[in-house]
Amino acid sequence: MKFSLFRISLVGTASFLPLSLLMLILFLVLYSLPAIHYNGISFLWTNDWNLGNLYGNPVEIHGQQVMPGARFGIWFLVVGTLLSAVIALIMALPIAIGAAYFLAELLPKWLASPLALLVDLLAAIPSVVFGLWGYAVLIPLMGHSVYPWMSAHLQWVPYFGGSPGSGYGLLTTALVLAFMIVPLISATMREAIGSIEPALKEAGRGLGLNRLEVLWYIILPKLKTTITGVSILALGRALGETMAVVMVSGNALNYLPNNIYSPISTMAAFIVSQLESALQDPTNMAVEALAEIALVLLLLTVIVNVIARLLLWSARVR
Amino acid sequence: MTSSEMQAFMDSSLPQVQRRIRFSLKRHIFHITGTVFIWFSFIIVALAFLSIVGDVFWKALPGLRLSLLTEVSTGMGGGLKNAIEGTLVLSIGSLLLAAPIGIAAGIYLSEFGSGIAGQSLRFLSDVLVGVPSIVLGYVGYITMVIYLGWQFSVAAGIITLTVMLLPYIARTTELALANIPQPVREAGYGIGAGEGTVILRILLPGALPAVMTGLFYALALSMGETAPLIYTAGWSNYMWNGQFTHQPIGYLTYVIWTFINEPFQEAHILAFAAAFLITLLVLGLILMGRWLMIRQLRKRGSYQ
Repeated sequence: MKFSLFRISLVGTASFLPLSLLMLILFLVLYSLPAIHYNGISFLWTNDWNLGNLYGNPVEIHGQQVMPGARFGIWFLVVGTLLSAVIALIMALPIAIGAAYFLAELLPKWLASPLALLVDLLAAIPSVVFGLWGYAVLIPLMGHSVYPWMSAHLQWVPYFGGSPGSGYGLLTTALVLAFMIVPLISATMREAIGSIEPALKEAGRGLGLNRLEVLWYIILPKLKTTITGVSILALGRALGETMAVVMVSGNALNYLPNNIYSPISTMAAFIVSQLESALQDPTNMAVEALAEIALVLLLLTVIVNVIARLLLWSARVR
Repeated sequence: MTSSEMQAFMDSSLPQVQRRIRFSLKRHIFHITGTVFIWFSFIIVALAFLSIVGDVFWKALPGLRLSLLTEVSTGMGGGLKNAIEGTLVLSIGSLLLAAPIGIAAGIYLSEFGSGIAGQSLRFLSDVLVGVPSIVLGYVGYITMVIYLGWQFSVAAGIITLTVMLLPYIARTTELALANIPQPVREAGYGIGAGEGTVILRILLPGALPAVMTGLFYALALSMGETAPLIYTAGWSNYMWNGQFTHQPIGYLTYVIWTFINEPFQEAHILAFAAAFLITLLVLGLILMGRWLMIRQLRKRGSYQ
């Protein structure tokens, strides 16, 4: 078989894509190797991030040079990352499906497309602007009025009582993340709802179901795989979100949330907020431990995305 | 069934039917709460968008003066000239690097990507889209900034953004080409054109508006990014001197998240002014991309 030069150069450039993913994983593994040796796998469920005594002399532990007392446990990051993303998804999913149905079915087309633009443009807003909005609008509003009210009146709900905090924290982070993933879910759902055969909906109407019963008993069950897939995709997006989280989460250190208002931090936000102090470590172990966090985050999002894409491909979305 | 029997049957069954179609409270409540929830969910999303844009615009208003464009920032005040320049250098630089590679990958996926290699390439690029941008930034930091010794530099920032943009451009190009009907390709090969000629001279010009839309989106994406740049491009209060390595550069999104933490009113206004500029640029690019797309669809007569 003979291939033209054109085809060969196409394949060459196209292979940049898978190569870059492999390189990302390879470089992170290579760079964080000393940290992996030092921390072992248990750093995922131990809870103390401590650079050690930076003025002491480096000691050798497990064959690695580290500062005395240095420990790199990230359980609080694992908890913060997963909790904020899951709560964001729980809030975003019904809203996104509602908005998608509103635009796809309830409105006439001439009105739906300009209004859909509002939702689509929300997806284009840079994450740091979301963070700014969370910082300047959401946190004062939530911290001064909403959270104190909630903690006083919703005490009977587990984790809703207790100190309402300052507004920086788990629920605010989840709220901002929810607004960031709603347009993502909504766009896919709008397309999916529009692509359902009209005959199915008509059959439902013919049986005497009203519009919402058609949505509940026919459309949503039909789109089960798509909904699961796009939810997991959105979860992946929320897990890796950085700037907005840095600005509203409160950047907690070694602190496990005890109610829904507690300050938290996530892996992505932690990398941004801690590199500067990690550079103080003369053995470089702290920077390598941050690389290990990046590796964990990368593998987590790759796994989540692979699952999501497999589901969406089986549902033939895109 | 005779007509009298029929009449008798209908007489006997009518009252029953009327009894069954009675007002169902449960269904009624379901319908009302559902409708209210659906209206509420759209309204809250629309309000969030308007609140973000409105708040940024309103708080940026006192800072929108000409000196933004003519002065460099001073750490807590001044203008945004250096940041605007940096944003343009980084985003346009990364687009120039990513566009040829991404478009080539898109061509491969669309024209020759039906086999196992193409399928896995498509899958991997979808997965690559989901990689958090901070991870890209950190890898850029440990490879280019530290290992290659470029320090915080324009080149490290541009290359990191390029890796981020590649899968987007590849996928939009693929979709754009896949929308061109098969007979167009057959006509090309029929008059004796080779693979390269058909793709570069016939398919690509035809798909150009859609490809351009993808590039506009990619440009918007790279302008709005912060996380991959913090530890690759660094930050500088000065104008760029044209060097690609060993030379950090400023950009608008950095101003937003650092200046808002300064204790000065002037710094806050500057942060909002930067947010306003970046939102304006990003939304403008997205709208321009959509307009291009719709105009092309109208020309083909496929847009209602």
